[in-house]
Amino acid sequence: MIKRSLGILALTAFLTACSSGVKLNEVPVEDKNASAATAPADPNAASSPVSSAAQSNVASVVGGRAGAQGVAPAGVNVVYFEYDSFALLPEARAVLERNAAHLQANKQFKVQLEGHTDERGGREYNLALGQKRAETVRRALTLLGVSDAQLEAVSFGKEKPSAQGADEAAFAKNRRVEIKY
Amino acid sequence: MKHISFSTFFFPLKRNLSALLLCLSLVSNLAWAQFKVEVSGVGLTQVPIAIASFKGEETAPQKTSAILSADLERSGQFRVVPNLGLSLDELSRPDHATLRQKNADALVAGSATRLADGRYEIRARLWDVVSGQERGDYRETVAAADLRLSAHRLADWVYERLTGEKGAFATRIAYITKTSNKYNLWIADSDGENAQSALSSAEPIISPAWSPKGTQLAYVSFESRKPVIYVHELATGKRRVMANFRGSNSAPSWSPDSSSLLATLSRDGGSQLYQIDVASGEAKRLTQNSGIDTEPSYSQDGSKIYFVSDRGGSPQIYRMNANGSGVERVTFSGSYNISPALSPDGRWLTYISRVGGQFKVQVLNLSTGQASAITETSADERPSFAPNSKLIVYATVLQGREALMTSTLDGKIKAKLAGQSGDIREPAWGPYR
Repeated sequence: MIKRSLGILALTAFLTACSSGVKLNEVPVEDKNASAATAPADPNAASSPVSSAAQSNVASVVGGRAGAQGVAPAGVNVVYFEYDSFALLPEARAVLERNAAHLQANKQFKVQLEGHTDERGGREYNLALGQKRAETVRRALTLLGVSDAQLEAVSFGKEKPSAQGADEAAFAKNRRVEIKY
Repeated sequence: MKHISFSTFFFPLKRNLSALLLCLSLVSNLAWAQFKVEVSGVGLTQVPIAIASFKGEETAPQKTSAILSADLERSGQFRVVPNLGLSLDELSRPDHATLRQKNADALVAGSATRLADGRYEIRARLWDVVSGQERGDYRETVAAADLRLSAHRLADWVYERLTGEKGAFATRIAYITKTSNKYNLWIADSDGENAQSALSSAEPIISPAWSPKGTQLAYVSFESRKPVIYVHELATGKRRVMANFRGSNSAPSWSPDSSSLLATLSRDGGSQLYQIDVASGEAKRLTQNSGIDTEPSYSQDGSKIYFVSDRGGSPQIYRMNANGSGVERVTFSGSYNISPALSPDGRWLTYISRVGGQFKVQVLNLSTGQASAITETSADERPSFAPNSKLIVYATVLQGREALMTSTLDGKIKAKLAGQSGDIREPAWGPYR
């Protein structure tokens, strides 16, 4: 109980720090998946090399798809952001607290914090912007007591809009971090 | 492909052929063309060239003369003299006087002959119409499936003979399409034709990057619900995970010797630049700051890395030594400059600037520091140079649809590339083959 109150205090401080533009110290993250980089071959790789007399030939591959990693709490598990901003808005607090409690009660769950942007600008730069949003949410959940090992901050940039359209209403829905179980 | 009407542009051409050098804008009206070339600007010097239909090509799977004509026009260096109705091959004795009357300075004629084993022999001859002299013969034998490639090689040969510079038509372009909820990575000829799918996925694919020899692509795929860098061998389809560290893995580009990739990783927090050894998969951190560093790429000699950083408060282009030392800022005007690509000859940098809410391809002359926007569109992305540094390919939005365009460096000659249906993006121009 005391720990949780401390967490909320810390989150409040964090929210304040974010909205006042004060830079937070970098949180060092241990790389637990480094070995994955040396994985020898992808399971989807075509096994038989294609040979052809034609010099223009390109072999075709079908990509795979990953599954879910836990059960999400009821309610909306999305946090929204303002344009060109990484600051958590006041309405993010309820979403973060609910997910923090859920993750602490289910320590076997692992979530991906998926950062997203609106469609304006380059794909790679938007990927980096979405990452910044996802990492803001990761730090907030850590301050609420969630183990960092349960959290992975990743970004989809502008690749997966939740609303179609090129107006501010659609843009606002797309600037988000989704907490995915 | 639907023909886009630019009827007003035809007017000056039809009224007066000599007006060509001064006309403001025109579009090729060649009926067979599957692309549109748009020419704008004053003072263009283009070589007017006559191209005869190749003997035997009407029964071949590809029309060599049509591919040759389209390549030469798209380069901006040539104007194909239309509607000559020439009946010639490489052995003919052309009537140079009549060709001179039609304002042609050069002539190509040839043949496509099917051999007993199913392959084709392509022969061509180039003439200087002004002097009436032969300028050379071209001959190769190819599989029927490589007839397009052969036509692009012939275009490279004609281009080099007449301009003294190496052509880049026989190269390939990688790009991504999105149709409903399916993503495909395509490898196409430099004109966008002959596309073959290298990868299809239900999740996004971005940032294809060619290996220096053109045999492999690195790219970012989201098929495991996060951005992961793969390296993919095109001829076999064999691929492996190159970077799947905790967090996001993106923006791959190759070292000139193919031994490592530059990439943006967030494994240590923030988006930072790393060098990944291709053999071992080990990543070495190159930049250390609390902001965003991304879109790294080596200079041709491997001594410099160009990249984007928001360390100064807004995204700008920087360069540094390959070991991460000696960072200097490259772009200073505007508050959003991203996606840098250096020309292979090292003289130019192309990138995207946001100007008044519009995203435009810029070309910066690195020796003078002069930059200019070269497009009239407003949602340009990801420019890259042809290996001869003479053309840029980029993604944009035309009439509400994603499209790929090529442009000369001065922006005067642009062509919309042929492509798949659906949205088309993320072009990357491959190396010489």
